[in-house]
Amino acid sequence: MPEMTYAQAIDFALGQAMAEDPRIVIFGEDVVMLRRELYVRFGPRRVRNTPISEAAFLAMGVGAAMAGLRPVVEIMMVDFIAVALDALLNQATKVRAFSGGRWNVPLVIRASCGGGYGDGGQHMQCLWGLLSSMPGLWVAVPSNPQDAAALMLSCLRTEDPVIFMEHKLLSDYWRDYLGGESRGTVAFDVPERGRVGQVELPLQPLPPGKGVVMKEGGDLTMVSLGVGAHRCLEAAELLAARGIRAEVVDLRWAKPLDAELIASSVEKTGRLLVVDEDYTGYGLSGEVAALLAERGVKLAFGRVGTDGVIPYDIRRENQTLPNAERIKRAALALMEQQEGRAGGTVTR
Amino acid sequence: MPKEDVPMVDLYRQMARARNFERALAELWRRGLISGEMHLGMGEEAVAAGVVCHLREGDAISLDHRSTPPLVVRGVDLEALVLEMLGDPEGLCGGWGGHMHLFSREHLACSSGIVGSSAPLGLGFALCFQYLETGGVAVAFFGEGAMNQGMLLEAMNLAVAWRLPLVFVCKDNRWAITTRSRDVTGGSLLSRARSFGMPAQRVDGTRVDRVWKAARRAVERARRGKGPSFLLARCPRPEGHFMGDPMLRVFRDPLGQTLEIAPPLLRSFLARPLSQLTLRVRSLGVIGASLGLLGMERLLEPDPLEKSGRLLDPAVRSRIDEEARREVEEAVKRTLERRVSHA
Repeated sequence: MPEMTYAQAIDFALGQAMAEDPRIVIFGEDVVMLRRELYVRFGPRRVRNTPISEAAFLAMGVGAAMAGLRPVVEIMMVDFIAVALDALLNQATKVRAFSGGRWNVPLVIRASCGGGYGDGGQHMQCLWGLLSSMPGLWVAVPSNPQDAAALMLSCLRTEDPVIFMEHKLLSDYWRDYLGGESRGTVAFDVPERGRVGQVELPLQPLPPGKGVVMKEGGDLTMVSLGVGAHRCLEAAELLAARGIRAEVVDLRWAKPLDAELIASSVEKTGRLLVVDEDYTGYGLSGEVAALLAERGVKLAFGRVGTDGVIPYDIRRENQTLPNAERIKRAALALMEQQEGRAGGTVTR
Repeated sequence: MPKEDVPMVDLYRQMARARNFERALAELWRRGLISGEMHLGMGEEAVAAGVVCHLREGDAISLDHRSTPPLVVRGVDLEALVLEMLGDPEGLCGGWGGHMHLFSREHLACSSGIVGSSAPLGLGFALCFQYLETGGVAVAFFGEGAMNQGMLLEAMNLAVAWRLPLVFVCKDNRWAITTRSRDVTGGSLLSRARSFGMPAQRVDGTRVDRVWKAARRAVERARRGKGPSFLLARCPRPEGHFMGDPMLRVFRDPLGQTLEIAPPLLRSFLARPLSQLTLRVRSLGVIGASLGLLGMERLLEPDPLEKSGRLLDPAVRSRIDEEARREVEEAVKRTLERRVSHA
C-alpha cells in the first residue's frame, strides 16, 4: 500500500481513470500548472487551461457531458462557483428530468473548499449545503487520502452531475499555493490523518451516500465530514478524558446522506451532534435532523457549525469554524440532556 | 517630456507611497503577520496614481484583489490598512475583510476577490451618481484576465446603453493567475471594448504622465454625462499572481524548486500505461517553459517607478522616495506598536 498525500491520491485516481477512459478531459483555470503531472502524462488535449470564465466553462462541461465526454471541470475555489450557478441549478441538474430520463450528464466538478488559513469570507466557504439543496446533484467530501482517491473514482463512474470537494487544509499544494508552506512563519492546524496516508491498491470506488464509523462509542454520536470529521476525533479524545465515549461518523458525502448509518448510531447513543464547517442554518445539520425526525428517531440534538460570514482575522476565524473545544462544549451540553427530550442545543 | 500641466511631483509621490506600502505588506506577509493569500499591487502604481488623482470627493472606486495601491493613493489611512491586514479589530474593516476585501465607506471604495465583479459593482455606483445627479464618477479596476468574465462584458454593455459615468481601467499584466492570457483570449481587448460603443485607449501603464492624461479624458467624459470609457494599461506583475506563486519561486530558487517539482513530474512521465512519448516530451517542455517564462519576463519588464521617475529631476525624485519610505515605515512601526500595546 503506497503512502500518498491527499492531493496525490486524488490525482492518482484521476490518472488511473484517464488511462482507462479516453472520454475524461480536465479543464479549468490554471489546471496545466495545478495538474502538471496529469498534463505531462496526458497532454494538452486532455488537460486544458480555461480563461477566467466560470459561467461559460462550467456550462461547457454540461454540454460536453451530454455530448459524450466525461469532463472533470475544476472550479478553483468553490466560492467562485457562484459565478456559474446557472450551469448547475438550471442546466446540469435538470437535463435528466427534462429529457424524461433519456439523457444524463456525467459531469464531475472538482472544487477546493474550506478554511483554516486566514483568507476571509469570500475564499474559504464550504457551500455543500447550498449545492446539496439542488435536486440532481451529489456532493462528495473526502476527509483522507484513501477516501479522496476512492471517492474521485466513484465520481468518475457516476452517470449524473457530482461535485468533488477537496479541502484546502488537507491538500499540500493548496497550503503551499496559498502562502502557507512557502514561508516558514505560519502554521496551520492540519489533521495528520487527513493530510497523508496509505492508499489501498487496486483502487476501488466507494458507494455514493455511504459514510463510515471512524470511532465507536456509546454515549453520543458525532456526525461530520471533511476536516470536521478530524475535529470530531480530536474532540472525542477530549471527551474520553472525561469518561465520555463518543462515536464519530464520517459521512463522506454531503449528498446522498447516509441516513441509515446516522440513525443506527443514534438509536444506540440517543444523542446526536452534527459538526459542519458549512453554514449552520438551512444546511446539512438541519437536513440530518429532519431525516431523523421523519424516521421517528428519538434523540437529543445539537449542532456546531459556521455562523455568519467567516472573519478574515485568523484568531476569530478559528473560533468561527468548528474546533475541538467548541465541539467538546456542545457535546457536554448534550450529555446533560435526557435522551429524546424535546429541544436541542445550538452552540454559537 | 510631459507637458507642464501634468502634476508629476504629486503623481510620483503617490506612486512612491504605493510602492513602499506594497513592500511593507510583502515583508509583513513573509514574517507571517498577514495570513492567507497576498496579491501585491506592485507594478500597478502608475495606473493607480494616474487614474485616482483625478477623483474628487463623492467619486467611487471599485477594486479587485490588488486593491491597496488605489486605496493608498485615494488617501485611506495607512495605519488602518495595515491593522486590517493584521486582522486587528481596529483595522479599516475591523479585521473582517482582509487584503482582498477592503472597504472604506467614507471613500466610496469597495473591493472583491471575485474576478470581474468590480465592474458590475462600479456600475451600481455610476447609476446612483447619474440618478441623483451628483456629478460623481465611478472607476472600476480589474486585470486583463477579468476581460473574459461574462459579468464584466455585461457591465460594459449596460454602461454604454445607459450612458453611465463609469471608467473601466484594465490593468494588463498578461497573466491570468498562472495562465498566459493570450493563450485563452480571442481578439484584441481594445477592439472588444470599442465594439460596445465606447472610447477605448491603450496606454503605457508604466508611464504615470500618460496614464494621467488618458484618465483625465475618460473621467471628464464621464463627468460630463457622456458615458463610459475604457483604458487598457500594460503594467508588470513583478511579484507574480500572489506571494506563494510557484512560478516565481522557481525563478528565485531554481535548484531547490526543481528538486521539489521534478521528481513527481518524472514519475508521471513514466506512469503506466505509457502514453505517446512525443506527447509527453512536448508537455514536459510546456511546463518547463511556463515556469521559466514569468521569471524571464520579470527581468525584461520595465519598473513603473523607474520609468516614471526618470521624468523628474533626480534630486527631487530621491527626496520624494525618501519621504515616502519614511512615511510608510513610520506608519507600519506605529501600527505594530499599537498592536502590541493592546494585545
